[in-house]
Amino acid sequence: MAIRVLMPALSPTMTEGNIARWLKQEGEAVSAGDVLAEIETDKATMEIEAIDEGVLGKIVTPDGAQAIPVNAVIGVILEEGEDSSALEALDLAPPPVAAPAAPPAAAAPPPPAAQAAVPAASPPPATAAPAAAIQVTAPADGGRIFASPLARRMAEQAGLDLAALRGTGPKGRIVKVDIEAAMAAAPAAAAPALSPAPASAPAVPGASYVDAPVSNMRRIIAQRLQLSKQTIPHFYLTIDCEIDALLEIRKELNGRADDYKLSVNDFVVRAAALGLRKVPAVNASWLDNVIRQYNTVDVSVAVAIEDGLVTPIIRNADHKGLVEISTEMKALSERARATPMALKPEEYQGGGFCISNLGMYGIKEFAAVINPPQAMILAVGAGAQRPIVKDGALAIATVMSCTLSVDHRVVDGASGAAFLGIFKGLIEDPLTMLL
Amino acid sequence: MADTSFDVVLVGGGPGGYVAAIRASQLGLKAAVVEREHLGGICLNWGCIPTKALLRVSEIRHTLDRLEQFGLSAKDVQVDLAKVVKYSRDVAARLSGGVAHLLKKNKVAVFDGHARLSGPGTLAVAKDGKPVAELRAKHIILASGARARTLPGLEPDGKLVWTYKEAMVPESLPKSLLIIGSGAIGMEFASIYRDLGSAVTVVEVLPRVLPVEDAEISGLALKAFEKQGMTIHTGASVSALKKAGGKVTATVAHADGNTGEIKVDRVILAVGIVGNVEEIGLEGTKVEVEKSHIVTDSWMQTGEPGVYAIGDVTGPPWLAHKAMHEGVLCVERIAGVADVHPLNPANIPGCTYCRPQVASVGLTEAAAKEQGLRIRVGRFPYLGNGKALALGEPEGLVKTVFDAESGELLGAHMIGAEVTELIHGYVIAKTLEGTEAELINTIFPHPTLSEMLHESVLDAFGRALHI
Repeated sequence: MAIRVLMPALSPTMTEGNIARWLKQEGEAVSAGDVLAEIETDKATMEIEAIDEGVLGKIVTPDGAQAIPVNAVIGVILEEGEDSSALEALDLAPPPVAAPAAPPAAAAPPPPAAQAAVPAASPPPATAAPAAAIQVTAPADGGRIFASPLARRMAEQAGLDLAALRGTGPKGRIVKVDIEAAMAAAPAAAAPALSPAPASAPAVPGASYVDAPVSNMRRIIAQRLQLSKQTIPHFYLTIDCEIDALLEIRKELNGRADDYKLSVNDFVVRAAALGLRKVPAVNASWLDNVIRQYNTVDVSVAVAIEDGLVTPIIRNADHKGLVEISTEMKALSERARATPMALKPEEYQGGGFCISNLGMYGIKEFAAVINPPQAMILAVGAGAQRPIVKDGALAIATVMSCTLSVDHRVVDGASGAAFLGIFKGLIEDPLTMLL
Repeated sequence: MADTSFDVVLVGGGPGGYVAAIRASQLGLKAAVVEREHLGGICLNWGCIPTKALLRVSEIRHTLDRLEQFGLSAKDVQVDLAKVVKYSRDVAARLSGGVAHLLKKNKVAVFDGHARLSGPGTLAVAKDGKPVAELRAKHIILASGARARTLPGLEPDGKLVWTYKEAMVPESLPKSLLIIGSGAIGMEFASIYRDLGSAVTVVEVLPRVLPVEDAEISGLALKAFEKQGMTIHTGASVSALKKAGGKVTATVAHADGNTGEIKVDRVILAVGIVGNVEEIGLEGTKVEVEKSHIVTDSWMQTGEPGVYAIGDVTGPPWLAHKAMHEGVLCVERIAGVADVHPLNPANIPGCTYCRPQVASVGLTEAAAKEQGLRIRVGRFPYLGNGKALALGEPEGLVKTVFDAESGELLGAHMIGAEVTELIHGYVIAKTLEGTEAELINTIFPHPTLSEMLHESVLDAFGRALHI
């Protein structure tokens, strides 16, 4: 049956809209996802897309048509096998216009035709909405996104961008089911090979394999880090730190008491925290419309656990001494590694900066993926004796390479380098951590 | 000759039917209701409303019994049962008249009679077996309701063995009463008769009273009922009723395998509900019936084009507010209203007006755990609330169940004074998809019972202030 394309309600208050222009001509084939037309409201210009495929059979309201009431028929899509005779069966008369249309001369000049078109990342709805053969992309003007508090929190936890989602709740509000649908759809589309034994999977001669179901944690890691690498312009700064003095002091301190045992990482946490306090501009997040600079210094530390990792947070780390950091880190790691993971959400959600240390595995240096919405992550390698040139002569020092991954939207090279320089100074001369 | 062609016809004028008809009319559809007995249906005439009137009386009677606690005394308090029943019937009659007025005001045609599907888009209406009208409708919504279930060997006779209907209009107060079934209907009658002075025994086949409620709330309810002097047998069933000399002897098979006999003046059967699916012309249509209830999709559409069903006839929960909501969404969908959403069962509150009252919405603690959810549970007792103490109502609990990860309010379970008037706070939060953050940030008025809603949420997150 021919599908009527209706003037969509693009906002709760919208009662009528104008046709900016049609992007498809009568008789042109359309497939799901194609942009059919641009609709102008008093607030923005938005695109409407076809949900079904077929042929654009008729344009009822041509380019420039003004004040078309919401739900009026603006066009008709013919399905496969239908011809224009199907049009005759349809009642195409637009409903009477409630308010008289403003004369064109008095109308505001139309905004530039193609405003930044937003790619529609939203999956097709499970059930077609009544009589609506279109879906609406997110507002192109960065306007307010309507979402329930629960949906906002779930999206944040899963690293999903609300602007890319389509709401199915009251007045298009994004609700829980929309987030669940997005979470279910994304990995399934990205990793079809992981679905258990698909019937159509080609048999690989001689290859033996096991398909493991994707755990929630892996799914979230996958989504967040994929989002990070796809949306955050990363750049990397590497610096070598000589840690012989640090190792001496550590040995000295650990020898004084039995009720703590400081690790190199505890010094790294403290040095990073002090560095963040001195360069507050890098303790920040990109939030699209604003850059949020944090007033507290909360340092996340990546902890490997079974089937994934978690990043417990040392809060107010700049106000904590080495022993306090060490004790807290130990307790957090233990609870992170418990089965089931025993950290409370507030213990691993948030944080302004992250440290990932693979030194204990002998890794010399590496570059880590930023954990959004944080702007930086510090990848710490193993401390090892290396030849260095000192005062024009070869010497031996214990060197630890650290690589800072930085979100260029928030932090530029110079401020990243300033932070890293302070960090290096503190690590190489640990007594200055007392100052 | 009255107009007989409509856009929407409602078969049944109960809370689902009359509300759907009013909404249809508001949306510009030509609507009619066919009702065979009373506008307002069981709810208004023989259910929700008249029992609330009786419970008001029994609650006052209970308050009089404990006047001394408040420093008051009264002498010669008498119960005039005929006047009590008249009060209840007057309330029902007044509301039924109100529904007739509302339908008239909204230009909904009302047909007095019994409707049955007589062909595609047609309904035959008969009164006392005689045809009175043939209606044509583009959309037919079945809202025929439900009735009490009967069990073989335990058939009600209207004299010694009652259903809810006889129990609502007693001629004399039974000295002793056996209630079979401890769901909402059973326990409301148990409270009415206990507080008016009857000796009440309740037999429940499942292991706990109010079996659909959270297990912790059920346990507290059981204690409260027993403290009031009710005898409660759970995990027990009545296998036979013998009538002799104006009394009934019930054979009760107990959970431990023993069998006993209970001799009482009257028995009330409250063992569930069956849908009214007979005599409405479903034969030969594509309307599917499963376990005495009509099967619909989430838009209330049956298998037969143009035929819909709402309310009790579509199955549990058998609640008037569920029927009303289904009626509204069904006609809005028919009218092509944008932004109509299917009903979310997790957001339907349930209220039982026994003493103490019980109210709940969403998942019980056990159900949340069964789903494998990591949860946080909050509890706040009435004893910690100033208004509860001032009212002389120190017994009760407000319990909340949250998803530990997302902070979603999964369920709320309450027992105590006026909880039926409090549960909507949580229902609003659930409908808006609020998290604990919004509930914690809400300012609750002091001193009110509602503060316990706040404290229970705080408790779930280790932040309760008054406990």
